[in-house]
Amino acid sequence: MSAREGVRPFDLLTPAERDYFGRFGNGLVVVLPAQRPSTSDWGRGGPPHGGAWIHVGQDGKVRAFTGKVEVGQGTRTALSLLVAEELRLPISLVELTMGDTDVCPWDMGTYGSRSMPDAAQHLRLTGAATRNVLVEIAAAQLGVPPGDVELSEGRAQSKGPRGAKPIGYGDLVRGLRRLETVPTSTQPIPPPEWTRAGHPMVDIGSREVVTGARQYTSDLHPPGMLHGKVLFAPSYGSKLLRVDLSRAQALPGVTVVREGDFVGVAAPDPPTAQAAVKALRADWETSPQPSEKDIVDYLRQHPAEGEDFWDVLHHKSGDVDAALASAPISLHETYTTAYIAHVPLETHAVLASWEGERLTVAMGSQTPFPARDALADALGLHESNVHIVVPPTGAGFGGKHAAELAMAAARLAKASGRPVRIVYTREEEFTHAYFRPMSVIDVRSGAGKDGGITAWEFHNLNGGSAAARLPYRVANQKIDNQSTDSPLPQGPYRALAATANNFARESHMDELAARVGADPVEYRLRHLADDRLAAVLRAVAARAGWVPRTGSTAHFRDGRGRGIAVGLEKGGRVATFAEVRVGSDRRLEVLHLVTGLECGAIVHPSNLRNQVAGGTVMAIGGALFEAIHFEHGRILNPKLSEYPVPRFHDVPPIDVILLDRPDLPSQGAGETPLIAVAPAIANAIFDATGQRLRSLPLVPEGTVP
Amino acid sequence: MSLEPSQALPRAATQLRVNGTVHPISLDRDRSLLYVLREELGLTGTKYGCGEGECGACKVLIDGVAVRSCVTPVGEVVGRSITTIEGLAEGDRLHPVQQAFIDEGAFQCGFCTPGMILASVSLLARNPRPSEGEIRAAMDGNLCRCGGYLRIFQAIRRAAQLPEKVDGGAP
Repeated sequence: MSAREGVRPFDLLTPAERDYFGRFGNGLVVVLPAQRPSTSDWGRGGPPHGGAWIHVGQDGKVRAFTGKVEVGQGTRTALSLLVAEELRLPISLVELTMGDTDVCPWDMGTYGSRSMPDAAQHLRLTGAATRNVLVEIAAAQLGVPPGDVELSEGRAQSKGPRGAKPIGYGDLVRGLRRLETVPTSTQPIPPPEWTRAGHPMVDIGSREVVTGARQYTSDLHPPGMLHGKVLFAPSYGSKLLRVDLSRAQALPGVTVVREGDFVGVAAPDPPTAQAAVKALRADWETSPQPSEKDIVDYLRQHPAEGEDFWDVLHHKSGDVDAALASAPISLHETYTTAYIAHVPLETHAVLASWEGERLTVAMGSQTPFPARDALADALGLHESNVHIVVPPTGAGFGGKHAAELAMAAARLAKASGRPVRIVYTREEEFTHAYFRPMSVIDVRSGAGKDGGITAWEFHNLNGGSAAARLPYRVANQKIDNQSTDSPLPQGPYRALAATANNFARESHMDELAARVGADPVEYRLRHLADDRLAAVLRAVAARAGWVPRTGSTAHFRDGRGRGIAVGLEKGGRVATFAEVRVGSDRRLEVLHLVTGLECGAIVHPSNLRNQVAGGTVMAIGGALFEAIHFEHGRILNPKLSEYPVPRFHDVPPIDVILLDRPDLPSQGAGETPLIAVAPAIANAIFDATGQRLRSLPLVPEGTVP
Repeated sequence: MSLEPSQALPRAATQLRVNGTVHPISLDRDRSLLYVLREELGLTGTKYGCGEGECGACKVLIDGVAVRSCVTPVGEVVGRSITTIEGLAEGDRLHPVQQAFIDEGAFQCGFCTPGMILASVSLLARNPRPSEGEIRAAMDGNLCRCGGYLRIFQAIRRAAQLPEKVDGGAP
């Protein structure tokens, strides 16, 4: 991207001011302005964002633009498929640009499973409106009424046997510079009529992946590039008192920058950059930090005011105190989940370069637009002078939302006059990113003599509110959450609060079922207020060959146990079944998992299956053994050899059941498949042993305590 | 890119045979093969994931056997035949394992894929019809954080022309 005068990001201009045709050539452009996030009963609202635009060029190509990014979740193919569907052309003619802040619509970020409910819907609407304009143009050129125009494989022709020669889209728009806005009356093609979407599809870019040709940010290496490295504090809560830069500055080719608390170096090669950081002599003032063994008490004693970035939930119905006081059966338990790490296989990577006053940053990011705004703010630049592009990214899982590393690279690039790339080492990734927050969840419940639940009090400390609401019918409820002054940096994570809240709720449901002598499946169905979730639960129970039971059946089964759990999150419905064996040496073995998901109309079935299976595998790690260990502000296990994540030998046979609902809007599926795994396994362990485990990870040493 | 500390070791010019081509390199004998491939030869298909031999993203073939290039000093492989992911296909014709990964859709972010493919090639070269347990054991040193193990397992079976299984078959 050149720094030529007048580069102005499209999202900062009105549609008429954007130079679509100068950049992409003559043709047709159709624009959908920013939209309010679509409402789903369990979705989350927010300010208008997103929207989309589509350019049909004289080359017959369709260029579509969205602010969402692809970080491995497969939306590039799914969204391209929807554009191809609406425009009736082969997917090979669709070129989707994602998250490029110069030419894409402003977007708050790729998180919260919003790509399908928002970006997909926006591209479908824009695609449908583009199709309608193409039909109108074709009708005029063919001399037939619009109703007699048929679009197919990127060409228009008149219906019927006497049809004239088909006209390609490129010819339809030749010489045009036509800009349209999506009319409010626009109707996308209903999912039951899809001919491309909803059908098997090979992912875009597959060949590049298997040949090593795909270039991730950490692979980019422009001429003259330097390698950057940041000086980090030795522990959380440390303050930089003084630093001597002279020895580092004396190294050949090394640039050292200090601005406030930021100290970084740039060098011609990574070993020299490493040596330069080592040569910095820094004095730090440390402050006392809580350690892992005291963390639950610490969080209880350090509530934080304000809403920070979690949704705060205060839900009340009926009179929970009175109902608890009068309930013949009551339970009061506490559940916890650990701080865990995202561990994207590609660590954080950024490449910053300047051309005059204009900064371009390539980075693996889930939030390119907020990153642009943060960089402009920190560096005193106008947003027009910051350009973020998001190359293929070696996954994010919610971990790539920050802009600090981009700021570091930008400062080093400015000072050195060269492009600067920073790639975190694995240890830096563990220590200087942020974690999934720990949750401490207190649940109190009451039930009548018939087992019917009458009272439900649920309180999440530190972990957020997602999926905390009950999918069950209970007259008296109090559900809320409370932020705290977390001693470890924490932030977004794939299915973060939903995993914790679902673990607590579905474990507790199982405890209640056992207490009242009810079968866990029947007990849930008796209380479920959501027919779609009930359908998923029934499908999973049927596939698993569920045998009704009451209480733990350890004594029947030679260490084998079976558990089930459900969840409702981000508009999707999930149920997971687990079968485990606890050996005589107390070793836990997960023998079989079944995950069923319903997330509305299925767009890209092969990718959805991959997401559900992959999410189930990722959840096994957090359920069984992943935990960040910390003491006095230091991470004790910042290596893959010390922080295990699921490997081949951890993965049992997994059945994936997809329930397609073409009559319902498509919802995201990157997060929901994770949330019922931990409680299903915990419930299976209870079935096998009679022991109830209430903390994640369940078996950090591999054995049931 | 292995980020080992800079050592003022004497440098000697030598040669490395990668994907059938001989490249002159400036040799620090203790520098990792991964570093030389990525930073000196620009072969970025080989990935850095951990730098301690735990994740397998950096695997390459040395005389046909998969090794972790991040913990392999380059001095150990001078004179050997090195194959990276870029050298696996023959012209436009993909290696059967590469094709099987596409056919099974056996990746999500794709970052582990080069290492996965080379580990699979190495396995099938010495054991053309591996059992489920043998696949599991051979692939246990390769991490896929996206959790794509079921598809990877299927891709290996497909490349070995073993009967297809639906999701859920294994591992």
